[in-house]
Amino acid sequence: MIRYIFVGMFVCLAGYFAYFVSFGSEEVIKNPLNNRINNMANIVVRGEIRDRNGETIAHTQTEEDGTETRVYNYGGVFAHPVGYMSRGLTGIESLANLDLLSSHVSFFERLVNEVMERKNVGDNVYTTMDVGLQQFCYQAMGGRKGAIVVSNPKTGEILAMVSTPGYDPNTLDADWAALTSEENQDANLLNRATQGQYPPGSTFKILTALEYMRENPDTYQDFTYECDGSMEYGDLVLACHEGHAHGTVDFKGALAQSCNGAFATMGLSLDKEKWADMCEEFGFNQELPIDLLYSKSSFVVDSESTDWDIMQSAIGQGKTMESPIHNLMITSAVANGGTMMAPYIIDHTENADGEVISKASPVQYRTVMTQEEANVLKEDMISVVAEGSGYQAACQYVQVAGKTGSAQYNSTGGMHAWFTGFAPAEDPEIALTVIIEGGGSGGEVAAPVAGSIFNYYFGGQ
Amino acid sequence: MVNIISDVCKYIIIILVVWYTIGAFTALQKRDRKELKWIYYRQNVLTFLLHGTGYLVIILNEKSLDFVIFYAAQVIFFVIYLLLYRSIYKKSSMILLNHMMFFLAIGFIMLARLSFEKVTRQFVFACIAAIVTLVVPRMFSKLKAARRWAMVVGIVGILALAAVLVLGEVEYGAKLSIQLPGDFSIQPSEFVKISFVLLMAVLFRERTDIKRVLFATGVAGAHIIVLVLSRDLGAALIYCMTYLCMLYVASKKPLYFAGGLGLGACAAVAAYFLFSHVQTRVEAWLDPWPIFSSKGNQIGNSLFGIATGGWMGQGLYQGYPKLIPVVDSDFIFAGISEEMGGIVALCIILICLSCLIMFITVSIDLYIPFYKLTGLGLAVVYGTQVFLMIGGDIKMIPSTGVTLPFVSYGGSSVLATFIVFGIIQELYIKRHNEEDRIERKKREQREQEKAGAAGERAKAEAKARRERAAQGKA
Repeated sequence: MIRYIFVGMFVCLAGYFAYFVSFGSEEVIKNPLNNRINNMANIVVRGEIRDRNGETIAHTQTEEDGTETRVYNYGGVFAHPVGYMSRGLTGIESLANLDLLSSHVSFFERLVNEVMERKNVGDNVYTTMDVGLQQFCYQAMGGRKGAIVVSNPKTGEILAMVSTPGYDPNTLDADWAALTSEENQDANLLNRATQGQYPPGSTFKILTALEYMRENPDTYQDFTYECDGSMEYGDLVLACHEGHAHGTVDFKGALAQSCNGAFATMGLSLDKEKWADMCEEFGFNQELPIDLLYSKSSFVVDSESTDWDIMQSAIGQGKTMESPIHNLMITSAVANGGTMMAPYIIDHTENADGEVISKASPVQYRTVMTQEEANVLKEDMISVVAEGSGYQAACQYVQVAGKTGSAQYNSTGGMHAWFTGFAPAEDPEIALTVIIEGGGSGGEVAAPVAGSIFNYYFGGQ
Repeated sequence: MVNIISDVCKYIIIILVVWYTIGAFTALQKRDRKELKWIYYRQNVLTFLLHGTGYLVIILNEKSLDFVIFYAAQVIFFVIYLLLYRSIYKKSSMILLNHMMFFLAIGFIMLARLSFEKVTRQFVFACIAAIVTLVVPRMFSKLKAARRWAMVVGIVGILALAAVLVLGEVEYGAKLSIQLPGDFSIQPSEFVKISFVLLMAVLFRERTDIKRVLFATGVAGAHIIVLVLSRDLGAALIYCMTYLCMLYVASKKPLYFAGGLGLGACAAVAAYFLFSHVQTRVEAWLDPWPIFSSKGNQIGNSLFGIATGGWMGQGLYQGYPKLIPVVDSDFIFAGISEEMGGIVALCIILICLSCLIMFITVSIDLYIPFYKLTGLGLAVVYGTQVFLMIGGDIKMIPSTGVTLPFVSYGGSSVLATFIVFGIIQELYIKRHNEEDRIERKKREQREQEKAGAAGERAKAEAKARRERAAQGKA
């Protein structure tokens, strides 16, 4: 018996070791604390980071005397997603650190380099991003604070990711003191697209509507609400955006007009537990499948929630917080017929000779709704842009579906402007989420930005 | 050019080690003497090739004549030891001897890559240990003397442990060793493992009634408490496990084993709450990353090394094993894995297992209780130690700070392991000697008588059953 115990122990030992080396090691290697990888820079010239079309975004310049400088060809445009490597590692510089410092040049070339005492050339990393689109989005922010994320909803590829105000990675060392000083309140180093936490406001109504549909599968289309600009419930008063009286709205109209009273009424009728469960299914209060540093989103509705909490939560206010990329994941799930894809930003790695070393493939994260549910929401989102609050997001080339949001973040009426949507509505190619911090009305401020991006993408202007 | 040769050598080393490992396991199954002999000789050749390839890389990278001379000295040592051992102990187990040399060779390679000073010291220790152990098995063969000596050795052992507790200096949070004049220190717990096994074997060889068990438990408990107080928890665990297994085999009562395990678990939990350095180890085991700059540094760097090395390894001198604190002894497995690769490291686990199976097989084949218990106790010591060491390095269990036999740096560890292997070799030879044969015949006779009686009863029962079945059918 003792023999079997020990053989068992050793088999476990060998099994654990084999598992760690095969599957556990990747995460450990990529740990930013791993200084071993940085030592590899002594024998390898760090590879380039390129966009999806092969355009160079970051490369290493070697001087005559051997000193190396990392050059970011587009300055601050790609600041957050590409990241930096002089003050710790962030962004793709961190995610692909090992790939950039690994060299897969041919044996012959290594032999030549060895004899000539030259460094080997590291592998090049191709992101899923597009330089043109990224530049356009960066310009579209117009110096305002906020973030834009654009993705392919069918695959999860991130096509553009902008967070402003940012920084210029080429002058990071010189600017570091100013960027990190306490007087600087702009949080330039924060990637607002993934780490920013904002109340989602009316963009959240997509989920309230979905839960209402699920709890009233046969009767939700009969929903009506009389809106006179504010909703009174007991002592509680909830105003609609800028006090607009929407008149009689049905289920579809409620979303199109973004009527707060209608959604608060729906919210009050919902089963709190089921509602919270559904939000968790969509990724609230959970780890998300995002490689970049991100913040978890939160949604708090439970048996202790008051009526006011419920009314607030139904319209994406209260304790509900969300990052722009998570908002985009939910929008993309609607666009993709109910399947949420895991976002990714690194497409493939090539050696210096252009041979593909490794390639990422799309990963389905969860199926969060049925095709039918997605279709209903999509129709409603089409009407938001066609005849509702999001009309300025319309594109002259294709039909856009989306949702606006004007999320209050303080008691003095300050609002973040949101727009989240996708196009072409019938067969989506891109999905995007725009947030302008303190921008005001989503329909007035964020929707036009989204519209210009759709026009650029589908019209090439 | 050096890098290219190092790279090629890396793959050669992997092939040699894998080949060696395959041999180690085919030898366990083969019975044909000629075939076995052929495998054993091949293993010797593989070990020399492995050692030579490793030192080729070391010499190329160090570019120092010292290493050439040192390499030659090691080869001479290996050849002489092999020849002497084979001529003195003709009936010894070749496979154990081969594994000894294999582990020493791996250790000499890795230590030379880490520090010339340490590897030369290790080599001197190994030479002394080799000379000592060429004699020890002969001493052990005097049965009566061994039994009487076991008592004395056991008492000396526990006194030595107590001395460490009083005189020892704290190193890495534990009192492990006594400083001797000159630049030497001795770690008694490595040797007391052996005296402990002998002592328990004496106590359990005849009776396992409640009185004897309580007495033995008291003695074992005293050892373990002294070790716990010295904070040498790895050793305390090894002793505990050894005691339990020996008690189980001697008494054949699973209840003792289960109860002991339960008590041990309670003691481990108590130790966690009582000792801050246990908490540190557990904390670093659960999640080393937030405390990487302090307590998690060792295990964190160990994992970085293993992960960066991958299956193929970085190649000797291409990795950064020196970033791992105490890489030359407690964490040498991580260093090997980083530079020689996961395949080699996995093979080391398997060869340790092959040694362990050999230990247990030897002990099972023995019939004299004192020998049987000694063999088994040493097997448990060896198995537990390897498990704790490697498991700690790969973060499967909290790190306990024990050494990998023959591979890790440390004179006490090397000498103690030489003695353990020496005793097992002697037991292996004893399997076929007169005394044991007589004892075995007696047992077999007794068992046959029992079996005979039982057999007749069984026959009668079977007949009755058949008759009943026939009636049922009818």
